[in-house]
Amino acid sequence: MKVLGRIILLATKHRWRLVGLYAAMIGGTSASLLLPKLFGSAIDEIDGILNGGTYVETAIIGIALGILIASLVQGLLGYAQTYFTESLGESTIYDIRNTYYQKVQNLSFAFHDKQHTGNLMSRAINDVQSMRGFVNQGLSTTPHVIVLFVVVTILLVRLDWKLGLIAAGFLPIASALSVYVRFHLRKAWIRFMEHMGNLSTVLQENLSGVKVVRAFGIEGYEEGKYERWNSKVKDDVVLATKWELAYNGLLRLTFFGVMAGTLLYGGHQVVGSNLTPGELGQFFFYLQILMMPMWNVGGIITSTARAVPAGQRLFEIIDMPSPVQEAPNAVDLTRSQGHVRFEGVCFEYSSRRPVVNNVDIDAAPGKLIALVGPPGSGKSTIVNLIPRFYDIASGCITIDGHDIRDLTLKSLRRNIGIVQQDVFAFTATIAENIAYGKENATREEIVAAAKVAQLHDFIETLEDGYDTELSERGSNLSGGQRQRLSIARAVLVDPPILILDDSTASVDAHTEEQIRLAMEHVMVGRTTIVIANRLSTVHKADEILVMDDGSVAERGTHSELIERGGLYREIYDLQLRPQEQVLREFDVPMPVAALMEAS
Amino acid sequence: MTTAQVTAKAKRDKEELVDGVERYGKAFDSRIFGRFVHYVGPYKMLVVIGILGVVVFSLSQVALPWIIKVAIDDYIVPGNLPGLWWIVMLFIANAIVNRVAGVAMDLSMTKAGQGILYDLRAEMFSHLQKLSMSFFNKTEVGRLMSRVLGDVGQLQESLQVAVNFSGELVSLIGISIAMMFISVKLGLLAMSVLPVLAIVLVFWQRRAKKSFIRARQSISDVNGALNENISGVRVVQSMNRQDRNAVLFDEKNKNNFNAVVDVTKISAVLIPVVDILRAVSIGLVIVFGARMVIGDSLQVGALFALILYIQRFFDPLRNITMQYTQLQRSMASGSRIFDLLDTKSDVVDSPMAFDLPKLDGEIELRNVKFGYDPGVEIIKDVNLHIKPGETVAIVGPTGAGKTTLISLIGRFYDVQRGSGAIMVDGHDIRDVTRKSLARQMSMVLQEPFLFSGTVKENIILDHEEVTHEQIVVAATAVGAHDFIMKLEDGYDTELEERGSNLSVGQRQLISFTRAIIADPRILVLDEATANIDTNTEAQLQRALKTLLEGRTAIVIAHRLSTIRSADKIVVLQDGRVAEMGTHDELVDSDGLYAHLNKMNYAALESTRV
Repeated sequence: MKVLGRIILLATKHRWRLVGLYAAMIGGTSASLLLPKLFGSAIDEIDGILNGGTYVETAIIGIALGILIASLVQGLLGYAQTYFTESLGESTIYDIRNTYYQKVQNLSFAFHDKQHTGNLMSRAINDVQSMRGFVNQGLSTTPHVIVLFVVVTILLVRLDWKLGLIAAGFLPIASALSVYVRFHLRKAWIRFMEHMGNLSTVLQENLSGVKVVRAFGIEGYEEGKYERWNSKVKDDVVLATKWELAYNGLLRLTFFGVMAGTLLYGGHQVVGSNLTPGELGQFFFYLQILMMPMWNVGGIITSTARAVPAGQRLFEIIDMPSPVQEAPNAVDLTRSQGHVRFEGVCFEYSSRRPVVNNVDIDAAPGKLIALVGPPGSGKSTIVNLIPRFYDIASGCITIDGHDIRDLTLKSLRRNIGIVQQDVFAFTATIAENIAYGKENATREEIVAAAKVAQLHDFIETLEDGYDTELSERGSNLSGGQRQRLSIARAVLVDPPILILDDSTASVDAHTEEQIRLAMEHVMVGRTTIVIANRLSTVHKADEILVMDDGSVAERGTHSELIERGGLYREIYDLQLRPQEQVLREFDVPMPVAALMEAS
Repeated sequence: MTTAQVTAKAKRDKEELVDGVERYGKAFDSRIFGRFVHYVGPYKMLVVIGILGVVVFSLSQVALPWIIKVAIDDYIVPGNLPGLWWIVMLFIANAIVNRVAGVAMDLSMTKAGQGILYDLRAEMFSHLQKLSMSFFNKTEVGRLMSRVLGDVGQLQESLQVAVNFSGELVSLIGISIAMMFISVKLGLLAMSVLPVLAIVLVFWQRRAKKSFIRARQSISDVNGALNENISGVRVVQSMNRQDRNAVLFDEKNKNNFNAVVDVTKISAVLIPVVDILRAVSIGLVIVFGARMVIGDSLQVGALFALILYIQRFFDPLRNITMQYTQLQRSMASGSRIFDLLDTKSDVVDSPMAFDLPKLDGEIELRNVKFGYDPGVEIIKDVNLHIKPGETVAIVGPTGAGKTTLISLIGRFYDVQRGSGAIMVDGHDIRDVTRKSLARQMSMVLQEPFLFSGTVKENIILDHEEVTHEQIVVAATAVGAHDFIMKLEDGYDTELEERGSNLSVGQRQLISFTRAIIADPRILVLDEATANIDTNTEAQLQRALKTLLEGRTAIVIAHRLSTIRSADKIVVLQDGRVAEMGTHDELVDSDGLYAHLNKMNYAALESTRV
């Protein structure tokens, strides 16, 4: 109920559309309620002639004209009602879409780590549509049905109170039924939506992971996974249809009962001369008016049943507080000197063990800090804390002495350039992709950045050069090209602080060498924090932090660490010495052979 | 990707878009319709019941006013009250028939329809399993998703429409006949406004079509923007693009709003048109009916029934026009669905294909030539012989064709007959079933891919016979066990989308474990260690040494240290084998390999000073 109320509240923001809707509805309904009366008069007029009355052509033509005028008003206002209803629904979902979009865009990484894109999309597409359905049905159809019920019942009771009561008896039956069915329908639709979500996840992963599927020959296994949800989706729809049918069937049968009762009782009244044939006719015409919106009751119930879970799912996101909040009195960080400090920083992803534990870093302006360590040792997490993609649990991170939580997110991130591990290209031209962080960049700046990132020569070979459109996620670029695109992006922003996350891992030695040289130029005058698996990219660091299980195991310059002979030395040795020799030194028992025999 | 590929792909995308718009218009395409009929087969009985239901339902609807007419003219007006009871009974009986037929119609059509949609979804999915990588390179995942879910969903909508449509058609015919029975003259008079309606509809259709297309395009723009920004949210936030993106999104959103409101404005035109024409029709019947009454050729009940019929007559007409647009959409969807189903895979098992026997692991490439696009050869005449159990490293600059070469060995693409052959244990891989090849060859790819589900499910895939101990042994061997145990639920930890709660290196270690569990004769590693840190890599190298024993292995790596221990190093350059030999041989020969080797170490050497 709360959800429905909130949807209605959102719709009522569009006041003038709502006013227009109800004005048109009242006018149009009044006109349409005149028609049965006019039809009845026509029948009585003709009945009069049959019973020996005089034939007055002008009276008949008058009635016909009345019908025409009433229909004209009904039609035009019907048009207005439809227009206002649709535009009300569309305005509402227009608002919701914008709100949802902005929310999703601003929720922190902690949120996105847990959400499937498909799931967020399905909310934006299907759930938003369900809401629109409810706005239309709830704010337009439902009041229309209620008004018709009340007014028609009053008209019928005034015509003949017994007949009127027969017709009105219909109302309580319908509402009792609807409450019962709504409950079951809602359950059926929730199940349907869940199963549809699962189906689309299986499909999406199968398509995105097609190489793995082919490489392992597991097509049959995948079909099994898919089939499970596919058949559930089918069963869900059939079940929901059964409920709708049961409801509709009973409703219509009741209605036919009312008509039969009217025919029998009304017939007796006409024979007893208590009712004219025209009045009996009126009765039927009114009942028929009642019938039309009655057929819509099924739709109202379905749309309400869908709107509640849909609304819940949408509002859940819209209301979600972002774990990363800007302080109310946050200040703008102007161009930073680039002094980044971590003091006793701890961080944990929700409900897991700490991934960053009591880390201290002091990156003076222009210095290069390198993070080294095994996977999962917390390197990526540390760099994600600086732009506040996640908020730390304890300790403090400062830039030029300002706690980053006291700065506006925008100004903070403007000062930080990031080359991420997963490179994302947008459907736009290459130039637009490079200028993603700096919209008003000139073509010269873009070209310069591309040159630094060693991407310019490649772009020049393309037919449309910088104006080449990239397709979905830049799938027409290779991994190395996308990575250089990401570097160009960061270069263009010209940030005082630069974060390189594994940025040169998947390019060949030749390209890597080029990028390395380029990056050396870029780093000049910037504070840079590098994560790299390759020592060749970090050896020039002013300080190297060797991470192990979330903590700093060792720190120092390259030569200091080499001398110390600890974990860093070990990694260093592994990189330089021939593999053969290493393998001989580490005589670890290999249980794999045992496994192979077993299987 | 090469320049040519990039341009070719952009061109294809554009063509497909134009194609889609042109195709959209058709509301009925006998070719597509004929194919749908084929899917009805298994549900024949249900459809027959459904059609019977439609006919009976519609006729009982038409009978309703007629029964009331008879009640008024033959029983109420003459005052025959006992007879009225019988006629009311008849009315109730008709109502029951109406309901039973209605339920039979809806339920059987829903069951048949859902069955067909289920079949279509399943067929599309299993068809997608058969298509080769060249198809997936050309086709975006989002587009395929919208084929399988969106377009099939459109058909679902049409299903209900089709049932209603046929029902309305039967009612329309029934009503026309009933009106003519009451009075030919009044019946014709009532229908005299139909030509006007027909003319209005023709003009309306033309105008409406355009706005429907615009609305559909605008909503796909909105969804496209949304999808991209959710997927790329990390870049958006790090580049501070939220405000600008919100403006861009609002533009698309607004555009969609306008397009949809425009559709409403146009489609709602039919409301006043139908209301007025109906009033004219009823007015004519009343005026002329009154005149006829003088000649005693019309009864009150008959006039009453006529008005009821006319009121019913126009609703089906209006609905049919509204449903027309839904049918258009379905036809477009149908044609896209069949296009997908008709896409031929260029890697198909030949009818004579046999399952590979257990392999020794000998691989031979004979004069292999290959290109993705005609005229652009990526692999130019490669000859290579790999003995069983040998480890071969493939090196070379970007674009040399390394990944393409191993994709051919894994039969992601087929080498065209006449462009050389790839033999495994002496069998041409085009003559064997793809599955039997895939089962004996494991690949660890550059970008690890994990599915939703637990770590364990991702390791075993379809090898359900594997015990937990075997999994632990395999994971320990590649150095994945320790971090897996640190996860919340160990091996039973649910992975977030594509394993985003793991680092790339960790994901890669899981793919390694997966490859071990598959127990292949041939192992292919495509830059598989690029994202793994040095420490883990050393451990992995040790594990691999044992793992590779007795298996044939092909390794692509940029890190020369990884490659050194290979039995043979193949240096690819521009689609050809430039050099081949052991590490020492190649270093001595002072060729491309020697150069790459020097470069990789130059950086570190310099620090020693």
